[in-house]
Amino acid sequence: MPFLLRRFAHAVFLLVGVSVLAFVFTVLAPGNFFDEMRLNPQIAPETIKALRTHYELERPLPIRYAHWLSSLLHGDMGFSFAYNRPVAPLLLVRARNTLLLTITAMFLAWGIALPLGIWSAEHQGGIPDRMVSSGTAALLVIPDLALALGLLVVAVKSGWFPVGGMISVHFESLSFAGKARDLLLHMALPAAALVLSVLPLLIRHVRAAVAEVLDAPFLLAAEGHGIPRGTVLYRYALPAAANPLISLFGFSIGTLLSGSLLVEVVMSWPGLGPFLLEAILARDLYVVIGGVLLSTLFLVGGNLLADMLLYWADPRIRTEAAS
Amino acid sequence: MKSNRATSIWIVLLLALHVMVVFAGFLGPYDPTEQDRKSPYLPPMRLHLVDAQGHFHARPFVYSLTRREGAFDQYEEDTARPLPLKFFVKGARYRLLGFVPLRWHSFGTESDRIYLLGSDSYGRDQLSRFLYGGQVSLFAGLLGAGITLLLGLCVGALAGFYGGWRDDLLMRLAELFLALPWLYLLFALRAFLPLAVSPLQAFFLIIAVLGTVGWARPARLVRGVVLSAKERDFVRAARGFGATGGYLLRRHILPGASSVLLTQAAILVPQFVLAEMTLSFVGLGVPEPVPSWGNLLSSLQQYSVLVSYWWMYLPAFIMVPFFLGYLGLGSRLQQYGEPYKIGK
Repeated sequence: MPFLLRRFAHAVFLLVGVSVLAFVFTVLAPGNFFDEMRLNPQIAPETIKALRTHYELERPLPIRYAHWLSSLLHGDMGFSFAYNRPVAPLLLVRARNTLLLTITAMFLAWGIALPLGIWSAEHQGGIPDRMVSSGTAALLVIPDLALALGLLVVAVKSGWFPVGGMISVHFESLSFAGKARDLLLHMALPAAALVLSVLPLLIRHVRAAVAEVLDAPFLLAAEGHGIPRGTVLYRYALPAAANPLISLFGFSIGTLLSGSLLVEVVMSWPGLGPFLLEAILARDLYVVIGGVLLSTLFLVGGNLLADMLLYWADPRIRTEAAS
Repeated sequence: MKSNRATSIWIVLLLALHVMVVFAGFLGPYDPTEQDRKSPYLPPMRLHLVDAQGHFHARPFVYSLTRREGAFDQYEEDTARPLPLKFFVKGARYRLLGFVPLRWHSFGTESDRIYLLGSDSYGRDQLSRFLYGGQVSLFAGLLGAGITLLLGLCVGALAGFYGGWRDDLLMRLAELFLALPWLYLLFALRAFLPLAVSPLQAFFLIIAVLGTVGWARPARLVRGVVLSAKERDFVRAARGFGATGGYLLRRHILPGASSVLLTQAAILVPQFVLAEMTLSFVGLGVPEPVPSWGNLLSSLQQYSVLVSYWWMYLPAFIMVPFFLGYLGLGSRLQQYGEPYKIGK
């Protein structure tokens, strides 16, 4: 499978490249975690110097990068100055929460966008189409930040949803069903904010892609054979329109990750977003690098997944790869 | 013709909104940093034409608000104290367009302060803060987009025209920048810059960060345009007459990229305004007391503010027309630009 192999090698190149770039930037960056300590008269300059040496901040960049790589292979991803422990376990918990939120939002968003997009493509220029397109336009012009805050207002005022966090205080004492319910209730708002922020993009592309194939002769033939409309749309038109949509799927992961960064901060979902922000404010170098790298990993992984889907869905790519 | 008119309507709308923001000092009644500690969280005052006795007044007026007994943030209209709205009043000093010193404001009152959009926790006028904040946010977006497009244009032209190892190197670099979710990239770049800075430094920092975040996509688009244009007959003919690379690019090839760049600009500016808002909202952007659309909303991070003082949310609504304008213009331009559109 040279095609997939090539894509995989490319993904690895991207990850290595981003990590190198991140390290180069950290050298250029003014200020670091220990600068704050310098202002504290109770800490001797020698102590800070010793700490800096201990954390290898005095060593040249390539050596630091090599050490970081070996620490990555040991499953540590460097050391957090602020938490005084390896970065990886700290990050992974947050990354899990971010993934939980984004993947849920992704399924929801695509689950809504596909039927709506197809529906409005089928009724081009008609009332459903206009309703959908004005809805997406309205969502597009409301800033994501305002949308998230607005949902928060609804939650706080109505009291229907818990505000902030991921689980209730008494989460551990709940039964399994109770835990699931608690988690879902906490997830409802951030997921809704995320879905609403990517929905216009998805719907518009689904509509355009489906509208393009809808006039194709083979669909007319299918209709002439008396195949029900729903089957024609979902069984015949959708696969034919799938190619650009699969690429969009890879792209939408990036949008969702960016969106979730903001939503997590606004709704205090304990994901990568607030953690990264905290690390930036504390100048916690390796946490920042780790967070950035993980987000790259997700995006690159998502694109790789899209490539695999494309390979599976489009025979042309398979034959191209074989020849 | 019809679509031309639609385009000019969007452009006029956008121009009007930007002029409003540029003339913030004149349109807003007060200095955005001027505090009135005695009236925190004042709700927006209502404009009246008919007073409590049922008499009609041609000049609109508001009632000054007095604190309700026993409450610290509840106000009610004091019908005994009407504040007639005066136009072209003398007030706080400001500099129009940054250099013309003036004291005239479009409206105001003679005695008490007037708050048409309410006040924040320090009793600062939200309307003035919104207008001044627009200066920061919109110009961060505009300048950031300008830098991004310039960078994208240079990189794209270089990669597309000269090809070879330059093309490979630049496009690999572009892929690296596209491999990061862009908000993460923005935060990461911001993370590597100093945190405690003055508002002006912060403003330029943000513009620099915004300028470096987004160059990859326009660069790719420009590269596509250049690649297809450089094989066109008129370009080959010019080359045959001995035109140099720089001349070819400037005169024959890059003009073809202008529609791509314009469309990208209409997409990038609102995106960058949002980016500035996000940075300022989380405290990585322009710091207090200078207002920006982001830090105007940041007080809403406290749930108590979110629930009790609904007018703090108003700026989020008033900025919608700005985004609408850019979205409308962008989709118009996109329709024009279709012939030049090059796939991803």
